[in-house]
Amino acid sequence: MVPVSYYLAISGILFTLGAMGVLIRRNALVIFMSIELMLNAGNLAFVAFARMHNTFSGQLFVFFVMTVAAAEVAVGLALIVAIFRTKNSINVDQMSSLKG
Amino acid sequence: MMPMVTTSGLFFSLVPLIVFFPVIGLLINIIFGGRMGEKVVGTIASLAAGAAFVVSALLAYSLAMHPETVIVPFAEWIHIGALQIDWAFRVDTLSVTMMLVVSGVGTLIHIYAIGYMHEDVRFKGDVSRYRRFFVFLNLFIAMMMILVSGDSYMMLFVGWEGVGLCSFLLIGFWYDMDTLGRPSFANANAAKKAFIANRVGDFGFVIAGLIIFWAFGSFQFDQVFAKVPEIAAAMPWVIVAVTLLMLVGVAGKSAQIPLFVWLPDAMAGPTPVSALIHAATMVTAGVYLIVRSAPLYSVNHSVQYFVATLGAATALFAATIAAGQYDIKKVLAYSTISQLGFMVAAAGMGAYTAAIFHLATHAFFKALLFLDAGSIILGMERGHHHLVHGHGDPHDAGAGTHNAEVFDPGDMRNMGGLRDKMKVSYWLYLIGALALAGIFPLAGFWSKDEILLEASRNYPHVYWMLIIAAFFTAFYMGRQVWMVFFGKPRTEVAAHAEESPKIMTVPLMVLASLSVLGGLLNMATILGFTLPGSHLLAEWLGHSLGEAEAGELNLIVAGLSTVFALLAIYFSWLIYGRKSIETGQLDPLKKPLGPVFFGMENKWFIDEAYQFLFINPYRSISKFLADKVDWAFWHDWFHDRVIAGGYNWITTILLDQYVDQRGIDALANGLGTGTKRLSTVMRAWQNGLVRTYALTVLVGVIVILGYLILK
Amino acid sequence: MTLDMIVFLVLAAVAVASAIGMLLSRNAIYAALYLVMNFMSVAIFYLLLGAPFIALSQVTVYAGAIMVLFLFVVMLLGTEALVPTGVLPYQRNTAFVLGGLLVVEIGYWIWRGAMTGLIPLPSSELNSMESVQAMSKMLFSQYLLPFEVTSVLLLVAMIGAIILTIRQKGERG
Repeated sequence: MVPVSYYLAISGILFTLGAMGVLIRRNALVIFMSIELMLNAGNLAFVAFARMHNTFSGQLFVFFVMTVAAAEVAVGLALIVAIFRTKNSINVDQMSSLKG
Repeated sequence: MMPMVTTSGLFFSLVPLIVFFPVIGLLINIIFGGRMGEKVVGTIASLAAGAAFVVSALLAYSLAMHPETVIVPFAEWIHIGALQIDWAFRVDTLSVTMMLVVSGVGTLIHIYAIGYMHEDVRFKGDVSRYRRFFVFLNLFIAMMMILVSGDSYMMLFVGWEGVGLCSFLLIGFWYDMDTLGRPSFANANAAKKAFIANRVGDFGFVIAGLIIFWAFGSFQFDQVFAKVPEIAAAMPWVIVAVTLLMLVGVAGKSAQIPLFVWLPDAMAGPTPVSALIHAATMVTAGVYLIVRSAPLYSVNHSVQYFVATLGAATALFAATIAAGQYDIKKVLAYSTISQLGFMVAAAGMGAYTAAIFHLATHAFFKALLFLDAGSIILGMERGHHHLVHGHGDPHDAGAGTHNAEVFDPGDMRNMGGLRDKMKVSYWLYLIGALALAGIFPLAGFWSKDEILLEASRNYPHVYWMLIIAAFFTAFYMGRQVWMVFFGKPRTEVAAHAEESPKIMTVPLMVLASLSVLGGLLNMATILGFTLPGSHLLAEWLGHSLGEAEAGELNLIVAGLSTVFALLAIYFSWLIYGRKSIETGQLDPLKKPLGPVFFGMENKWFIDEAYQFLFINPYRSISKFLADKVDWAFWHDWFHDRVIAGGYNWITTILLDQYVDQRGIDALANGLGTGTKRLSTVMRAWQNGLVRTYALTVLVGVIVILGYLILK
Repeated sequence: MTLDMIVFLVLAAVAVASAIGMLLSRNAIYAALYLVMNFMSVAIFYLLLGAPFIALSQVTVYAGAIMVLFLFVVMLLGTEALVPTGVLPYQRNTAFVLGGLLVVEIGYWIWRGAMTGLIPLPSSELNSMESVQAMSKMLFSQYLLPFEVTSVLLLVAMIGAIILTIRQKGERG
């Protein structure tokens, strides 16, 4: 069997990649996608632990996380669209009204 | 200790009143005097002095009944360890004699002064000082009483200092004028001179007092005198030191060589002051001191020799100067010094009764002479006023300020022929002059004769000095009488002189009668006949002084002195009286005596010598100290540069620039600018970019994870 | 090297590669498609881990709904590569450093956990259809409240999305 630690390692790598994506990319949508990647990595870790401890709690949690992620995506994308309407750009570097 | 007051019907317990009556008088004058008139002020002062005289008379009566010394304790003063000084009044015959003289003559002078100051004040144009004069006079009487009634050297010294102070106050009474009324500091300087010369004497007295306390353990007379034999045997130098140092004090107070220089200058004060203080009472305090300290002086014969010689030398020296003076009061001043020399010589020789006798008679006739001289001066001023302002009322206010031209009313060369204009003054002055010259049977003859007798017995050199001084005395008094009263008036002023009012002449008459009858105080044994009532003073004083010699009239001595005196008067008539001196003429003695007269005229340059020897070096030292040490060094350099400069340096440069500006300000400002810079830096964080925030979050996560790992 | 391990390794490589591809692609569409691939591989991970329900819901919800939404919005907003602005020049390097650090830290944790025996090998009984029943039993009994709250959350999200993008009459475009 594949040791659970491998799944956790994959989870960690995916999480890091998602974090770097958030930091590096300037496209708001791609940043959002990286966030989804991070959430996904977290889900993977949950399921791995659920498997390890032989309970369903981890999987249920993933269930909820997925639901929340879906809602979040809906709202987030609506936000991006709304911002695009005013700024006419999805470059996060140009959205610095909170500067100072 | 002497017995306390137990005898009833006697008045010993009244003795503090001799001090406090004058004190009450001066307090009333101080508080209420401004509202009362001149006459009331003068009357109160005279009443105070008179009350003191009454008390003195009562004390004399009490002593006559109970001749032993009575000590009346009054107040505790200093009680520190072994030092016990109390204020106690000593009522014994010697002190009561002094009290009577002081208060009696003092009262007469107070009455005279009411009239004198009235005119003098008006002429100087200042009415407000009248009251002050009488306050000072009463203060003087009180202080003199403390002096003579004290039971210890300390109380004597309190009075000693007090009369010195009053002398200063009264000499400098017209402190902003000179004797002719012009604005100057001359009178203030004369007062200063008196005070300082007295101070030099007081220095000697203080040292003597300290030695007394150290050796004898007490200041109180009886305790000191009881231990004299013991100390004289164990530490004879103590007695010598004490007596000689007290002699320094006597030289200051009683104007002996070398500290007599203040007395002629003290004539700057008003004439009643000269009469009271510088003729009758204060200057005799020195003589009183010696007589009181008789046990100390009698022990050592060398000291006695010295004291007698000093007194005789002073008598002769001053008499020569008096013969060359032109100011009427200066002649009398030097005469006083000369007569004080007689008294000190008598006390030095151990003839204490003679000294006190001469003290009393001298008080009578010298006060008379001084007051009469004042009357003459005022008469001259009245004449001057008449001339300047026409024949109006001489008592106009503001007249004194018109003395623009320099006219000295006291200069004998301006007088002459006053016999006709001022008859009463003339006759009284004549009596005083004859008494002073020692003409039989006036008072001066008897007292001077007793001194000469004592001198002829034991101290021949003293005798010859005194007899020559007596010759000069008669000479200069004759000179004065001829110059002032006889001949033709030398100035217009003298021609217009006027007699003084009764308030001034009546006390003079009383004094004149005392001068005539004073000899009865101590009538001598004449030709072996002792009349009843003779030797009164000798017996009286014998109760205090121990043995008293009975004076006797030695024909040789008496005759010789009378011959000398008559010769002197004849010479003076030859020179001054036969041919009246013309206006502006030089003194007839100038040419014959030449340089000698020059010296006499100029007081043998003693004042100039003192100025050269003492005053000028002192002045240059103090100038040096003031200018160089105090101003240049202390003020300019030390204060300004070191202290002020240092302080300024500390405040402006060190504290302001370095500490405050660069230090504290930099700190405070730096705090602000640092915060600004920090915030500028930190503001860069808030760039509004999401990615930066995300970076920050990730950094935080890593840090926390790292912390958890490392834990 | 069992079959599981081979499958795992292949899938891991695909997942990581697709993630990197998503990171690096300039085109947003490509990035989205890479992400889809990543999701698919993670779904198979779930299967390997004995969570079939989760695996399929991953495919359905994530890859099916969420990524479709993404693609819609990407096409709506344009897929041009963005002009690199000069802002935050240090961001990339810092991100790499931090990423490296994070990996190291996570790796350390896992390694320590593995060493201390906290992570045992899973047992094999759970790979059965009854797991769904057991899971749903737990869902509707123990986790009922979160379930209901989630439904509220979805409602809120719906309303929010509509409100955020609604155009009023006369509003500027």
